[in-house]
Amino acid sequence: MISIKKVSKIFPSKQGHLKAVDDVNLEIQEGEIFGVIGYSGAGKSTLIRMLNGLELPTDGTVTVAGRVISKIKGAELRKARQEISMIFQHFNLLWSRTVSENIAFPLEIAGVNSSQRKKRVQELIKLVGLEGRENAYPSQLSGGQKQRVGIARALANNPKVLLCDEATSALDPQTTDSILDLLVDINKRLGLTIVLITHEMHVIRKICHRVAVMESGSVVELGPVLDVFKNPEQPITKRFVQQVTEPEETKETTQHLLELYPHGCVVQLSFVGETTEQPLITNVIRNCDVVVNILQGKISHTQNGSYGTLFIHLDGQVSEIQKAIDYIHSQQVGVEVISNG
Amino acid sequence: MADFMEMVKWDKLMEATRETMYMTSISVFATFVLGLLLGLLLFLTDKGNIWANRTVNVVVGGIVNIFRSIPFIILVVLLIPFTKLLLGTILGANAALPALIIGAAPFYARMVEIALREIDKGVIEASQSMGATHGHIIFKVLIPESLPALISGITVTAISLIGFTAMAGIIGAGGLGNFAYLYGFQGNKPIVTLVATIAILIIVFIVQFIGDYFTKKTDKR
Ligand SMILES: Nc1ncnc2c1ncn2[C@@H]1O[C@H](COP(=O)(O)OP(=O)(O)OP(=O)(O)O)[C@@H](O)[C@H]1O
Ligand SMILES: [Mg+2]
Repeated sequence: MISIKKVSKIFPSKQGHLKAVDDVNLEIQEGEIFGVIGYSGAGKSTLIRMLNGLELPTDGTVTVAGRVISKIKGAELRKARQEISMIFQHFNLLWSRTVSENIAFPLEIAGVNSSQRKKRVQELIKLVGLEGRENAYPSQLSGGQKQRVGIARALANNPKVLLCDEATSALDPQTTDSILDLLVDINKRLGLTIVLITHEMHVIRKICHRVAVMESGSVVELGPVLDVFKNPEQPITKRFVQQVTEPEETKETTQHLLELYPHGCVVQLSFVGETTEQPLITNVIRNCDVVVNILQGKISHTQNGSYGTLFIHLDGQVSEIQKAIDYIHSQQVGVEVISNG
Repeated sequence: MADFMEMVKWDKLMEATRETMYMTSISVFATFVLGLLLGLLLFLTDKGNIWANRTVNVVVGGIVNIFRSIPFIILVVLLIPFTKLLLGTILGANAALPALIIGAAPFYARMVEIALREIDKGVIEASQSMGATHGHIIFKVLIPESLPALISGITVTAISLIGFTAMAGIIGAGGLGNFAYLYGFQGNKPIVTLVATIAILIIVFIVQFIGDYFTKKTDKR
């Protein structure tokens, strides 16, 4: 659906040139939710803006839905843009128009007649759950509602691709989740390809199928979200993964645990995929003569499985503890002994 | 009191009021159109905008600044040959119009430019991302989104235009300024001048009221 080949973008600046995007290659499949994560200034926005021609690559080609976006101009580009919608961090609604009129705007641009416009707007209002707010102005809406208008507006012309530039960064965690649920719902229902950029791993974890990690203009890591969670290779990726898998203040707490439990040992378990769904602890207690004490844990669900960590304390005979550890290991669960008491 | 009623030539006052309103309404309308065009041109040809063009921007900006800086009364005198060429006379309400419009349009053009700059760039970008043409951007985004500021700007401009018509009146364009000068000052009847002043104030208040009403009504922020 989307093909980015050897794409670079250089901005001329006073102190020499600034390479915002550096030789990026990506293939995004139809119906995929693809995430791009990186810190501020990594070049994420520049990259996504080249997908609808708001920015032209200095080098390389961008193809979306069979059209070479980096080559076409004028009417052809405008036509292409009706199939590649975008939603924004700050929503970018027209404040002089009501909710309905904002959603009708792209339909007016596409030349849809007024009775069909009305019908389509009604459908979209229902789709994003804004019934009853049709005649409100954006200034009368909450952030989450504004983004729903943005999404409805983006879907108006039945696009093939939806680009999201930090679409949830201005929202609180709860509203973020509801917007993300809406995006997953749209992806499933309409088979829409979604490209989403963010600096929050939580967003990637929750809805993306694959993720690309960007650092100073380059993609440094790429893969299915669960694989990246399982095996982050680059230091930057590890840091992002820690944002969601590691319970807060892990270092301090493990220190604290070691002091609290001088006997036995503290073990960190990491689960991936189906392994999170078995009664592991029960089996450990049944099979080995140990006392298990659950200390702390966190499990995250991704679009292609779960990932989590759990800290437990095992006490008993050394041989039994070893047996328990071997058993856990045999169940495809990662085990790391933090201390031997 | 009867004295006062006789002293003021009411029919002349009515005629002068009509002339002032005529000059004001025509010149406000023309100033709105011309100022809006120039303001859009200034905004759109600026760096980073859809018609970015340094030469056009500098030339239009220069012309606007020059005409905005010439005091109105001097502009009237400067434009005498032009007006004569255009209308064949320099007397009467119509003869005041070129100077009124040329004096006020650049002033309004700058206000239009400022109003357009207030629009969030993201909104223009969002429209582009939906495949909007330049026409869509101008008529469906720029003008509606800046409408309250465009209206309050034309209100301020209209009020200074009323002032300009009074000045133009003194050099023969008719209207309340001419009336006050002719019958009040030259006829040595301060009362008449006072009556003319009140008439002008009433017109100004009405314009201000209408302008404020529509500014508020269109502002949905
Ligand atoms: N129009 C421009 N002109 C010059 N430099 C630019 C322009 N747009 C972006 N840049 C630069 O390119 C680099 C990448 O910017 P970009 O906006 O793509 O980053 P980002 O990853 O989206 O960051 P953020 O998370 O802060 O939005 C930055 O150093 C930025 O200053
Ligand atoms: Mg950005």
